[in-house]
Amino acid sequence: MTEKTSLAQKNKRLIVRLFSIIGVMFCFGFALVPLYDVFCEVTGLNGRNVVRSEAPSTLIDTSRTVRIEFTTSVSPGMPWHFKPVTKAIDVHPGENKVVKFSAFNPTKHKIIGQAIPSVSPGLASLYLNKTECFCFNQQPLNAGENVEMGLVFFISPDLPEHIKTMTLSYTLFNVSDSVSPPEIAALF
Amino acid sequence: MNTTTTADSHEHHDHKPKGIMRWVLTTNHKDIGSLYLMFSFLMFIIGGAMAMVIRAELYQPGLQIVEPNFFNQMTTVHGLIMVFGAVMPAFTGLANWLIPMMIGAPDMALPRMNNWSFWILPMAFTILLSSLFMEGGGPNFGWTFYAPLSTTYAPDSTALFVFAIHIMGISSILGAINVVVTIINMRAPGMTYMKMPLFVWTWLITAFLLIAVMPVLAATVTMVLTDKYFGTSFFAAAGGGDPVLFQHIFWFFGHPEVYIMILPSFGIISAIVPTFSRKKLFGYSSMVYATSSIALLSFLVWAHHMFTTGMPVAAELFFMYCTMLISVPTGVKVFNWVATMWRGSLTFETPMLFAIAFIVLFTIGGFSGLMLAITPADFQYHDTYFVVAHFHYVLVTGAIFSIMAAAYYWLPKWTGYMYDEKLGKLHFWTSVISVNVLFFPMHFLGLAGMPRRVPDYALQFADFNQLVSIGGFAFGLSQLIFLVVVIKCARGGDKAPAKPWEGAEGLEWDMPSPAPYHSHTTPPRVK
Amino acid sequence: MRKIIMISAATSTVVLSGSAKSNSESSPINLTQGVTDISQSVYDLHMIILTICAIIGVVVFGAMFYAIVNHRKSKGAQAAQFHESTKVEIIWTVIPFFILIGMAIPATTTLIEMEDDSASDITIKITGSQWKWHYEYFDHDFGFFSLLTTPQDQIQNKSEKGENYLLEVDRPLVIPVNKKIRFLITADDVIHSWWVPAFAVKQDANPGFINGAWTKVNEPGIYRGQCAELCGKDHGFMPIVVKVLSEADYDVWLADQLKDVEKAKQDEQQALASTLTMAESMTLGEQVYVARCAMCHQVGGEGIAGAFPKIKGSPIALGDIAAHIDVVVNGKPGTAMQAFANQLTAKELAAVITYERNAWGNDTGDVVQVSDVKPEAK
Repeated sequence: MTEKTSLAQKNKRLIVRLFSIIGVMFCFGFALVPLYDVFCEVTGLNGRNVVRSEAPSTLIDTSRTVRIEFTTSVSPGMPWHFKPVTKAIDVHPGENKVVKFSAFNPTKHKIIGQAIPSVSPGLASLYLNKTECFCFNQQPLNAGENVEMGLVFFISPDLPEHIKTMTLSYTLFNVSDSVSPPEIAALF
Repeated sequence: MNTTTTADSHEHHDHKPKGIMRWVLTTNHKDIGSLYLMFSFLMFIIGGAMAMVIRAELYQPGLQIVEPNFFNQMTTVHGLIMVFGAVMPAFTGLANWLIPMMIGAPDMALPRMNNWSFWILPMAFTILLSSLFMEGGGPNFGWTFYAPLSTTYAPDSTALFVFAIHIMGISSILGAINVVVTIINMRAPGMTYMKMPLFVWTWLITAFLLIAVMPVLAATVTMVLTDKYFGTSFFAAAGGGDPVLFQHIFWFFGHPEVYIMILPSFGIISAIVPTFSRKKLFGYSSMVYATSSIALLSFLVWAHHMFTTGMPVAAELFFMYCTMLISVPTGVKVFNWVATMWRGSLTFETPMLFAIAFIVLFTIGGFSGLMLAITPADFQYHDTYFVVAHFHYVLVTGAIFSIMAAAYYWLPKWTGYMYDEKLGKLHFWTSVISVNVLFFPMHFLGLAGMPRRVPDYALQFADFNQLVSIGGFAFGLSQLIFLVVVIKCARGGDKAPAKPWEGAEGLEWDMPSPAPYHSHTTPPRVK
Repeated sequence: MRKIIMISAATSTVVLSGSAKSNSESSPINLTQGVTDISQSVYDLHMIILTICAIIGVVVFGAMFYAIVNHRKSKGAQAAQFHESTKVEIIWTVIPFFILIGMAIPATTTLIEMEDDSASDITIKITGSQWKWHYEYFDHDFGFFSLLTTPQDQIQNKSEKGENYLLEVDRPLVIPVNKKIRFLITADDVIHSWWVPAFAVKQDANPGFINGAWTKVNEPGIYRGQCAELCGKDHGFMPIVVKVLSEADYDVWLADQLKDVEKAKQDEQQALASTLTMAESMTLGEQVYVARCAMCHQVGGEGIAGAFPKIKGSPIALGDIAAHIDVVVNGKPGTAMQAFANQLTAKELAAVITYERNAWGNDTGDVVQVSDVKPEAK
């Protein structure tokens, strides 16, 4: 009798431990989401890291230039025309630059867009500091409206030597559906 | 290993109901083991039928039999059924039958949960299979269900797919808990960990892997559900998410999963080879350590499925090195099996034939795995038939052959009758020849440039595809021989003694054949 | 014993390398050596690893088969008693470890070579979508779609298959030989993957993100590849064709393309001024529909229930014209219906919408004009 109870007790303790591992691992599955973001920020993996800089840079490295290319994509279901005004520029690391992107809403409705950045090579995203970027916010455009959106940035002077070219890509998405009516009213 | 057992063949506790209700309500590990095994064979046939549809379409270039969207459903559901419906339940069935007998326990630790773990499986697969008949069709995004193909662009049946996966996951997790608790708490006195048969060790480690990673699959599949139906953006760039994140989370589960599907095989082969060599397993402790290292390393290699996603070099190198490293403990196991056979006294009954085929063919699968681990070369192999060849070698000539070896080996113990050795050998030879005709040319197809998951192909791939399809049909037909062998054996044949195999060792061979409905009712003493 | 090993290794190497044939021909059994330095390095690496595996296989299986033949009970063999040896375990752990290091060194070198995409001459942006590729020449701001041209008749086995069955497109990617070409790869909808075996380039096309790759081709020619990531029903039907020209020929081609772009702009202006008749629209519209819409909506307009809506008898095709134009031109967010504004000329758009409104018994009698479509389109 005692033996059976103590087996039941041992089982219960072990089962509780095992279920808690299961609980932890289930949460870990979800925790991988923010963990991935942190990992991307630290390593530049996937080039989607956005380094926001509070203030413009003050130190310029005139010994070398880096070529920054700009490219845009418009997601299907987003009817805007979206193009970089300048396709490529050469900058010194540390030099503050402003580039513009033009967006035009050719439809008859208000549309809200969100630009998602991506950098190649991914590592370079760690050194691309954005002081101001239209990708920080959602962009509203009225029917037929045309706008030039700005990006103010500098490349960190500690950019590794072997990176001589980088490409910054923006993909524009139609997020009108995910914005609530009061928010829409506030935007327009 | 000597034991003393009290006679436990009296069955006055045995009031099992008759007919269907016996099977519905049973908490007996032998009954549940049989249920799992029969269910897994049924799923093997169904999944196999889907493979026949695939191979029929790929017999010739052009679209002859099915539409591309249905073809994608076949490849997807074939994969899901084989992984979650055939291989995993078969191993669970073997665990249920054998672990209590091997460690001197009367049953599993949690017999009622055991019943539940089984019965939710037919429910899950009914849901999955019925989704094929929905408007829009069943899941068509590959068993790996990458987002956003499985979210924004997936058919309506995706909700059912998610639900079915959740249920299968619960079944596996509960089964794993049962295995761990049974092995840790219910070993007979004297059965120390280092005296346990290797099959018990490999299942203990497998159960820990299951407990660790099945919940991550549950999380993954939940995120797919919410991305598709509830407006979250885990895997969609528009909302700040990333499709590559899906792959990281999925493969964090996915890689340990494939080791879950092979570790029990290692245990089975480690039981069979010594028996028919009449020689103890070479390097028992080494085998335990090797299995544990494989399990631990399996958590560090997931991104070798993702070399083309655009990872930085440092990450690719890390995953390449860790993946290559796994071949060391795996190789050690193969060497130990060969050393067991070396200077043994070998006979070649059907279980041994399958075990030998396993050693050779699984190793070939391991070689193609090592090739795939080499990142620059993987850029040419990834998502081609080379990968399809690799995983079918390790899963079919690996896992499935080991399951068949186990069936032949333990059928006398389970049924009390010897199976028909001639038919068994016929099954072996037709299978081993056809399986190689089926999967070996796939290496060439992949190297020549044929991508995977395509219903049609360019003309230079036609000859090998035709050969592969013929091998496929032959392999499929050969499995009917196995069905005949099993049914025939269950109904009768030569009576099996307690120990039908001269070199067999283990507690299960000390009890009569068929094993009594309740065995080890008093625990044996293990010296 | 050693002889057996040497002979087997030599045979397998010869058989496989013999079948590699010349650089650009595809071999039926082995990986291609390809036409770039990288593809050659990858091929060499592949052969080294394969040979090492073959040798290990011969040794291990050789030992096993030796035991099977000579240590059988029927031959009178008595089982030995040994069942462990720490020394042996250490040896066969350490030796494979060193073999792996031997493999890892060339693998690491090749990988690092592959990742260096600096100092490229030309940048091309590649966008995968269901089920075609788009190539944009970054420096010249012009691009085009590349679609499979194998006719449905061949796929449906109604006519004989051509030599490049499933590997032919209307507009291949054209690049010059001996120049370093940088690729920026992305996707519009699901994950695709751009793969040309002859270049040993394969990179996933992830929607919303760009991946970089590069190549420098040593030999002019035509090289074919396929999408390498399951992307929906026509994953097997979106091939890649790259035409590598001499530098001079490339310059000529490029100049011609830019002239064509100018001409297309002028054509569009003309089309705006002219009026489309029903007959004209139905003919052009049907062509466009079969090539660009039927893959989902089906030739008879009936769609696929639960996957792609029908157009025959549909409220959109029979209802408000402006709404119909909106769906075709701007797509439908959250679904697989793409925006065709940038994929078809305004005239083609007008024609296909007219076709949809009048075919299969829809018979609305509407004729959509270019100017109806134009304010929405480019």
